[in-house]
Amino acid sequence: MLWLALSTLLSYWRRHPGQLLTLLAGLALATALWSGVQAINAEARASYDRAAATLGQDQLSRLERPDGRPVPMADYIALRRAGYMVSPVISGELRRDGARLRLLGIDVLTAPPQAETPAIAGGDLDLVEFFTAPGLLLMSAQTANGPLPGDLPPIRLSEDVPPAAAITDISTAARLLGQTDVSYLLVATEQPAGLPPLANATDLALTVPQNAGDVSRLTDSFHLNLTAFGLLAFAVGLFIVHAAIGLAFEQRRATVRTLRALGLPLRTVLAAFSLEIAGLALISGLMGLVLGYAIAAALMPGVAGTLRGLYGAELTGSLRFDPLWAAFGLAMTLAGAALASVQAMMRMARLPMLAPANPRAWAQASARAMRTQAVAALALFGAAVLFATLGSSLLTGFATLAALLLGAALALPAVLGVILRLASRHANSAFGEWLFADTRQQLPGLSLALMALLLALATNIGVSTMVGSFRATFIGFLDQRLASELYVTTQSTDEAGRLIAFLADRADATLPIVSIDTPLAGAPAEVFGMADHATYRDHWPLLQALPDAWDRVHSGQSVLINEQLARREALALGAPLTVTPGLTLPVAGIYSDYGNPSGQAIIGIDLFQRTFPDVPVTRFALRVTPDDAAALASALRDDFGLPADRVLNQTQIKRFSLDIFEQTFRITGALNILTLGVAGFALLTSLLTLAAMRLPQLAPVWAIGLTRARLARVELWRSLILAALTFLLALPVGLMLAWVLLAIVNVEAFGWRLPMQIFPGDWLTLLALALIAGTLAAALPALRLARTPPAILLKVFAHER
Amino acid sequence: MTALLEIDEITKRFTGEDSPVEVLRGLSLTLESGQSLALTGESGSGKSTLMHLAAGLDTPDGGHVRIAGQDIGTLDDSARAKVRRDRIGLVFQQFNLIPSLTVTQNIAFQARLAGRHDVDHAADLTRRLGLWDLRHRYPETLSGGQQQRVAIARALAGRPDLILADEPTGNLDEATGDAVLDLLLDLVGDTGAALMMVTHSSRLAARLDRRLHLSRGLLAAPPGTG
Repeated sequence: MLWLALSTLLSYWRRHPGQLLTLLAGLALATALWSGVQAINAEARASYDRAAATLGQDQLSRLERPDGRPVPMADYIALRRAGYMVSPVISGELRRDGARLRLLGIDVLTAPPQAETPAIAGGDLDLVEFFTAPGLLLMSAQTANGPLPGDLPPIRLSEDVPPAAAITDISTAARLLGQTDVSYLLVATEQPAGLPPLANATDLALTVPQNAGDVSRLTDSFHLNLTAFGLLAFAVGLFIVHAAIGLAFEQRRATVRTLRALGLPLRTVLAAFSLEIAGLALISGLMGLVLGYAIAAALMPGVAGTLRGLYGAELTGSLRFDPLWAAFGLAMTLAGAALASVQAMMRMARLPMLAPANPRAWAQASARAMRTQAVAALALFGAAVLFATLGSSLLTGFATLAALLLGAALALPAVLGVILRLASRHANSAFGEWLFADTRQQLPGLSLALMALLLALATNIGVSTMVGSFRATFIGFLDQRLASELYVTTQSTDEAGRLIAFLADRADATLPIVSIDTPLAGAPAEVFGMADHATYRDHWPLLQALPDAWDRVHSGQSVLINEQLARREALALGAPLTVTPGLTLPVAGIYSDYGNPSGQAIIGIDLFQRTFPDVPVTRFALRVTPDDAAALASALRDDFGLPADRVLNQTQIKRFSLDIFEQTFRITGALNILTLGVAGFALLTSLLTLAAMRLPQLAPVWAIGLTRARLARVELWRSLILAALTFLLALPVGLMLAWVLLAIVNVEAFGWRLPMQIFPGDWLTLLALALIAGTLAAALPALRLARTPPAILLKVFAHER
Repeated sequence: MTALLEIDEITKRFTGEDSPVEVLRGLSLTLESGQSLALTGESGSGKSTLMHLAAGLDTPDGGHVRIAGQDIGTLDDSARAKVRRDRIGLVFQQFNLIPSLTVTQNIAFQARLAGRHDVDHAADLTRRLGLWDLRHRYPETLSGGQQQRVAIARALAGRPDLILADEPTGNLDEATGDAVLDLLLDLVGDTGAALMMVTHSSRLAARLDRRLHLSRGLLAAPPGTG
């Protein structure tokens, strides 16, 4: 009996393949966008975990110099002689020929077992080749195939090595990096009994293992953004599914009554309906997974580029299939389909067997339902205000966004209803009155699709406003920050000395750039030494500063810090900051430092060189008349003999920075367009299905004297007007969304706040897109209406009883 | 001998705009196997409500409806559904065919539900009702008369004990209506089922074994019978 009921329900789809396609496509699209984003996130996290596990970083403690400088070999030897199980590592980045590679040099003989890669531990490595010159580099195939610095030792492939990195013997790393002292010491988990604690035996700082890599925490906000987008797309997709399932139920309302009248128990009908939905969800879920995998694979290189550019996190750029991901994606589809069909199932359970069949009931939601929705919308707006004013975390930021968007979507039908009612008062013809009344009657049937369109448009406006504000601010920031005409790097201090002499009468100013990686307030950070010059005093992007900030800094009495550090540590002007254990300075100014997730501080160059005497001065910013910059760059390359990649003009750097920036938001842009496409599809679905049910409403108007062509044009105009009205309502929602993104989410996620700017030109483009979506969605139903044979319209009267 | 259908003092009320409307007020009747009964009455007299209660589609507020001695008012939804699919053939005024099934599938549907599908019997009904050439078509492509014949074939295909027909000729012209009733009576006669039919037509009602007239929820003498 269940099978008979199921096959009868399924026979409906054979007669309505278009509707079946809509349902499958809606669920498949929703699953695809959601699972695609999840695949990207999972792959990125797996990459971070691999990187974190390199050389046992996730299990082994380290010994490092507190000032971040290399550990002298003598310290290592002393610890080994005292009996401690420590092992040296030389770590550094090899930059040559425009390519870069992170080198990790290990001492296989003393390395703790957790630090060895399986390729070494497995014994299939020729250790003689590994130890003796020219040595061996272990790296993944992905890294080996990418651009690599030249003159490297032979390469052996090992997939356990993280991307853009190579593991080698410590002597090989020392030779390639030109570094003799070790970067840090790995500490074995088991130390010989009877020795005093390691912390008492050395001045070196003991760092405990990190379960989650720094990079993982830094990129969390990026992945949260992607996840939020994925969820939004999933929600928009569910609107389509809800509409398609609701319609399928309404159109089969009479059939369900007949089935029950002929002796099928309600629970059998409900079981058959559940099985049908589950089956359809499984099919479309599988389609969605395939599509999601394709989307993820297409976006992955962009995401890898973004994470590399923005955070220095290395991803492979390729995707691996994970069964758990597929299972989770399917579970989401099933849960989504269940959620979308709850209402239809409840209505089916309550369906009285004897009520007259009314196929238009779906399109006739009561005014009470709209009022309830409007009240819920007001409650959600209230919640959004509360979250925005009281909350101070990324989670409350996203909660504000969710409440705002859902509230706006729920309020839409009521607001459109009011607008149409007001407009109908100005209708001065019978046709106009009918048009407004008829449009109002269509609203409940179209409301879900219009809500989806509102969400897509508002998100588009919000995100593009954020990106635009970001871009405009970023360009201004680069102009300030990269004020010098040329940036030059020398290979040694000797070469630097010769360069200064060479530039003496060729450049207006030669400004040294020195920096060191050192922790500030317990977190990884960078300290710069800055020369006293008008270039910085006039251009540096200070957000807040004491009146004589520059004088204080250059006299060694104060420090400048970036916005991230100020926000994270709640450092106001005048607050003390410990730069090194013996150096604490008050904050004289706070500067913007977009795109950098870490803390940064600037002190005067004299103080820097006294505090960090070992940091060589090899980089310089050159001031020269802009017109002479190209000639000086040529002279530096041709006459002085600097390699081409060591002389950069600011235009190149700006282009490089902007490239990274553009790539960061390319993914957002792609998801934006996909979401808008899904919303357009939802509108098409609703219009197509409504069209079939609208004949009884249109036939009398046709019979009275309106041509089918005119009715079709009216349908087209109606869709355009509804799309335009939805856009107008989406505009303030989108701008509020942008404000929340810039003022709350961005500050929580990245640590800096951006001034909001508006881009009316972009709105016009989006309005055009919305109108195109509305036209395309209405075109097919309108064309069908224009071509409906009179006999079909006459049937409406023939069926009237 | 137990009557096939026994309706005993049933009452039924519906919620009106101001106060409840009593549609049936203590109505009783019986119907034996092989008998045919015409129910007539003006609109709103309770004919369709009586049919629905007899079919177990609705439950009375008072009184009892028994089919083959079983009080269907005491049964739950599933048990009432079983009585309908096993014992009752329904013919609706609006046909109520399943639009996604072909003529053949529609005719076989209830018999298959009841587990009594007989391919030969269904084919015989299809031929006798003049539907053989239409058997692969879908309901929307059929005329009203053709759809009504499919509905009658569906009601009879499972060899039910009781056929309840609510204005089966109400949407048909006189000639088609007569032809449909001829077939219905022939087929009922062949299967030995009982038939209760609602009709507005005195002429058609006169062709059945018994005729009862409803007025304001009670049985009354048919108009013109004095």
